[in-house]
Amino acid sequence: MAILIDSATKVLVQGMSGRIGRFHAQEMIEHGTNVVAGVTPGKGGEEVLGRPVHDTVRQAVEATGAEASLIFVPPPFAADAIMEAADAGIRTAVCVTDGLPAQDMMEVKRFLRRYPRARKMRLIGPNCAGVISPGKGFMGIMPPHIYLPGRVGIVGRSGTLGYEAASQMQALGIGVSTSVGIGGDPINGSSFRDILELFEADPETDAVLMIGEIGGPQEADAAAWAAEHMTKPVAAYIAGLSAPKGRKMGHAGAIISAFGESAQEKVEILSAAGISVAPHPSAMGETVARMLGRREAA
Amino acid sequence: MDIHEYQAKEILRGFGVPVPRGGLAYSPEQAGYRARALGGAAWVVKAQIHSGGRGEAGGVKLCRSEEEVRDFAATLFGKRLVTKQTGAAGKEVYRVWVEAASDIAQELYLGFVLDRKSERIMIVASAHGGMEIEDLAESDPDSLCRMVIDPATGLCEFQARELAFALGLRGGLVAQMVSTLRACYRAYRELDAMMVEINPLVVTHAGEIVALDAKMSFDTNALFRRPQIAELRDASQEDPRESMAADHGLAYVGLDGDIGCIINGAGLAMATMDMIQLAGGAPANFLDIGGGASPERVTQAFRTVLADRNVSVVLVNIFAGINRCDWVAEGVVQAYRELGLTLPVVVRLSGTNVEEGRRILRESGLPLITADTLAEAAERAVAARPKLAA
Repeated sequence: MAILIDSATKVLVQGMSGRIGRFHAQEMIEHGTNVVAGVTPGKGGEEVLGRPVHDTVRQAVEATGAEASLIFVPPPFAADAIMEAADAGIRTAVCVTDGLPAQDMMEVKRFLRRYPRARKMRLIGPNCAGVISPGKGFMGIMPPHIYLPGRVGIVGRSGTLGYEAASQMQALGIGVSTSVGIGGDPINGSSFRDILELFEADPETDAVLMIGEIGGPQEADAAAWAAEHMTKPVAAYIAGLSAPKGRKMGHAGAIISAFGESAQEKVEILSAAGISVAPHPSAMGETVARMLGRREAA
Repeated sequence: MDIHEYQAKEILRGFGVPVPRGGLAYSPEQAGYRARALGGAAWVVKAQIHSGGRGEAGGVKLCRSEEEVRDFAATLFGKRLVTKQTGAAGKEVYRVWVEAASDIAQELYLGFVLDRKSERIMIVASAHGGMEIEDLAESDPDSLCRMVIDPATGLCEFQARELAFALGLRGGLVAQMVSTLRACYRAYRELDAMMVEINPLVVTHAGEIVALDAKMSFDTNALFRRPQIAELRDASQEDPRESMAADHGLAYVGLDGDIGCIINGAGLAMATMDMIQLAGGAPANFLDIGGGASPERVTQAFRTVLADRNVSVVLVNIFAGINRCDWVAEGVVQAYRELGLTLPVVVRLSGTNVEEGRRILRESGLPLITADTLAEAAERAVAARPKLAA
């Protein structure tokens, strides 16, 4: 079923009454996503895009059986919206919002641990483009037409660099099972490793492209996990070879502050783990093609 | 967002961290006056800039007379202090902190950071303070004690006690250390800090713990709920190009090359810079124009990039998701005309409404260089640089 979303997934949109929420909800519906309701406190009983709006996530889940939620809530209220979704029994939440305070995310991660594994919510983001299973559905802000349906998973921090990869792959006729943006913040809901685990278990994914960047330990952790546990091939690109140390490059998390956090070091760590690393960002598609070619030859 | 040492000391003192008595001066005369008002026989005069390594750079001095305080302060005001962290341009000194000298028996290191692995606040401490943490981690890694704090309980007394004993403190110093650690933790949590560093935290011969230096930086994403912190921003310590960009909602980092970059998305911006470097050029900046870029915003991005005089080519690379290529194209055309550009501009558009965007560029009649792929865009930007006169 690809991962995280398919055509049957019942999706809520938190913040659907807002301008941005409505715009993207409409795109999602037009591309076949099963959007069942919206949530905006105080607007319960109204209708947006032909879908009912509820005051709380709990009411929306009870009324519709929704299992996933896309969160378009301004930064000061986003952490609360994420925790509300988790408590209402949502299984997968995607938070697009950019600008959450880091300590709010620290509390969110602590909060999510209070639920037993069987009902613990998976959070993607914040500050991410979202999740798309081409031809099936998407939760996020990506332009869906650049993704060819297929069998390669993509996971990356950056939205637009993920688009770049998908379009390079499309030009070479390589399709995508699911593309996941995990976001550019220092503390995020799901890590590279979390998503690699899902792709490894997904029968509709044959190989994975991982798009990392400077800062933080997640690429190295994912590489170590992949070397031990992954049977599917992984290709990668790491952005920021030209980035200076100690400067924040746009993403709050994109700052080289410790050993192993520069692009050069990450490239070495990934290569040592047997991952095919694209030498430059224009070679992401080719690198995936070569990886798939090797796999067929084997 | 960084703040000055004296501001960090004032904040931490409010939470119960002991700091030396001192006063701020905006002139050599005021520095002398501060020394006299403090009394005693020795004072430390410290340049206030947003950087560590001020001592090595000549920005800190122990003075033994009011005259010496005045004279040393006079050498600091208006000077651009160049430290290991400031880069070659240095940072200008407008404020000087004068404090009563402490009588030091031992120097400790104490830092609070957001640990990305545990996704919690981590305390890093060492019984051997005084030098930079990076150097300490290299020369004496075994001296570092680390402790991760659960946000639900905060820093427990027993944890603070364990840390104090691990640092070799005994007797009355343990209780002082416990209260200092808990005060720093509260300051970190209650003010949305990203870093609190006290280096050195000293033990005096009289058996007292004192924060001799203090550094705090804050989460810019949380400033909306910390107006008292937002007020402490000192624009004189920032790169003026970066402040100007931030005021217009653009993420900008100035670099040393000559190819100006206007890109949407932080990842794509870094990747484009990498591509320029691979093509043999050097980026002049990182700039993320963000989502929903209107023609006005694109024009503002051009202004920001062109404020850097080293720029000889501009490269615009947009992969539109939330953005629309036609709006960006209109912005490029508008900026070109409004700013009367003469330097080469390379534009690569992809994604939402790309055909419309390309049509606008084509029909503008402007000498824009277009590219279809990321590699092509970088190569054309490098090739478009004016040749240096031999």
